[in-house]
Amino acid sequence: MAGAINLLVQSHPINSALSLIAVMASLAAEYLLLGAEFVAAVQVIVYAGAIMVLFVITIMLLNAGAEERTKGSHVAILIGVPGVTIGGVLVAWTLLYRSNTREVPIGALKGDPSAIARLLFHQFLLPFEVTSVLILIAIMGAVVLASRPEAVARGPRKDG
Amino acid sequence: MDIPLSCYLVLSGILFVCGVLGFLIKRNIITIFMSIELMLNGVNLSFVAFAAQWHLLSQQLGLKNVVPLSGQVFVFFVMVVAAAEAAVGLAIIIAVYRTRETLNVDRVNLLKL
Repeated sequence: MAGAINLLVQSHPINSALSLIAVMASLAAEYLLLGAEFVAAVQVIVYAGAIMVLFVITIMLLNAGAEERTKGSHVAILIGVPGVTIGGVLVAWTLLYRSNTREVPIGALKGDPSAIARLLFHQFLLPFEVTSVLILIAIMGAVVLASRPEAVARGPRKDG
Repeated sequence: MDIPLSCYLVLSGILFVCGVLGFLIKRNIITIFMSIELMLNGVNLSFVAFAAQWHLLSQQLGLKNVVPLSGQVFVFFVMVVAAAEAAVGLAIIIAVYRTRETLNVDRVNLLKL
């Protein structure tokens, strides 16, 4: 949570990226507490590994500096901040005291890889295949977008 | 030591609200993307917490044909979509930076490259 707030207050994107990594790691610890071991492992590998590496490489590539301040509207601050505070306190109070939820023991639902794989390849086989097609399309789109426009027009480029 | 489900829900709500705030306040396009990732993470946490709760509830009620692990399977689908979105989005950022030389979203006011 402190990492999430730090993401907001930092002006330099690389500091925001580091605090986002902290948020990902602590979320993986939360998943472990809930017993979802495989989800925690995938969280560390995919989010804290792959996606954050993408972010950091982009920041490095674009040589991003600190962002400039822009003036926000005063009306939005005057009405928005108390409104958000009141709404958040109401929702939190309802969830904590009025929602009649019970306690979740640590490691309640064992999310071991074999059970998840059985689900993923029997009951959720069609969504699984659809996501594989989706990620293939995403890769092709990323390659087309990130390559130089004239290189796309001329076909495969020869210089490095 | 047991933690009530509502604590997980409040934490995931806080993460989601931080993501929304960052999305609205920030001017750097990379930081806006990180805020989107933060929102997806908050939703993932509530998915896993509800899966655990659903597991306990189905045990107490003696339900046989429910699959509580499907909540965790959903988290995988959310992660796949997030990864695809990050790849495409960062490619778009690079393309925009190449033509505009800026990362400030206020300066990107034309859809044309």
